[in-house]
Amino acid sequence: MAAAGAESQTVQEYIVHHLSYLTFGRHPDGHWGFAHSPEEASEMGFMAIHVDTMGWSIALGAAFLLWFRRVGLRASASNPGAIQNFVESIFEFVDNRVSEGFTHKNSLIGPMALTIFVWVLLMNAMDLVPVDWITGIAAWVGEHVFGFDHMPFKIVPTTDPNITMGMSLSIFLLIIWYSIKHKGLGGFLGELAFHPFGKWMVPFNLMIEIPTMLAKPISLGLRLFGNLYAGELLFLLIAGLLGLWQLPAHFVWAVFHILVVPLQAFVFMMLTIVYLNAAHEPAH
Amino acid sequence: MDINLTIIGQSIAFAVFCWFCHRYVWPLFANVLEERKRTIAEGLEAAAQAGRKLESAARQSAEQLDEAKASAAGIIEQANRRSAQIIDEARQQAQMEAERIMLAAQAEIEQEANRAKEELRAQVSLIAVAGAEKILGRAVDQAANEDMLRQLAAEL
Repeated sequence: MAAAGAESQTVQEYIVHHLSYLTFGRHPDGHWGFAHSPEEASEMGFMAIHVDTMGWSIALGAAFLLWFRRVGLRASASNPGAIQNFVESIFEFVDNRVSEGFTHKNSLIGPMALTIFVWVLLMNAMDLVPVDWITGIAAWVGEHVFGFDHMPFKIVPTTDPNITMGMSLSIFLLIIWYSIKHKGLGGFLGELAFHPFGKWMVPFNLMIEIPTMLAKPISLGLRLFGNLYAGELLFLLIAGLLGLWQLPAHFVWAVFHILVVPLQAFVFMMLTIVYLNAAHEPAH
Repeated sequence: MDINLTIIGQSIAFAVFCWFCHRYVWPLFANVLEERKRTIAEGLEAAAQAGRKLESAARQSAEQLDEAKASAAGIIEQANRRSAQIIDEARQQAQMEAERIMLAAQAEIEQEANRAKEELRAQVSLIAVAGAEKILGRAVDQAANEDMLRQLAAEL
């Protein structure tokens, strides 16, 4: 699983290559194109998109939803097949978590929890694909077909903070939206200003409550990113440093990682449910 | 950390996927599970109903059996009574018949005896005359002794 055809690469180059994104964006001179080195990518700043992680993210999400829809269209109440049972068990698992954790009426929460759980699970599971298979093929294709030396191609979307923060910030916007909807703007601001110490301590309350509020989406996104990034990095270190010994080491770490993959998807889903449930509580 | 347009792309993808799931995926499974729940509830209800029906049918059949037994006993009793009655009647009739036959026979015997007497009576004058003729050795004028002969016959 060592880098294919990359004897000249140092371990550092190998890891940097694997941690870089295939970036498409606006170069400093104003024209749009792919970044051919990490330096070029960072010069693009905000006006760039990670084609690899974004593409995998959309592909996995679309595959999951279309597949579920296909199974759902053929689903029969009286005579479910094996695949239907499998999908239904996921559905029921999520549905039960939602009905336990979410005590208000909102038909969006269930589908959102299902989307988060399965989508994040699939994105995390990409971490279990050996680190050089798809990345190696893509690098070869990039070099020989497009003349793109050392083309990076990251396949685990949740090791990209843009992906995890994109989701957690969307959820943060929903939290604010539903808070204002159910508590009123006054109730929402009141919770920030008058808790926990009453109206004579407003500045102090704000100092506590605003970071608390902001910490939710940031910790939500960074927790997922950090876990997966660390896992990925360890796979890369094993692949880059251990030579032949990487085979058992990869196996051991992959087994641990099998626990991390669904656990982080589950945590992300549960926290979303809990945060949104709190947003639906009337002001007190 | 390089935050860039990807974060917005992912937010849009997230929104679209949630919408798609909400619109096209979630209801399919919710409906299937709902339908299955309903089917099971209906099945259980039907089973309970069938149980109740069975119970009432068993009760009804027991009642009918009791009724039938009672009515059969009644019929048997009636039949017994009727048969005793018929035997009685038959016996009475037979006795009456026997008496009647006996009376008829007696009447016939009497009649026969009377007729024999009459015949005897009719012939007694002839016998008396013939006897007298034998005794007297001559003919007896029957007409002249008509009174005596009739008296004799009447005394028989």
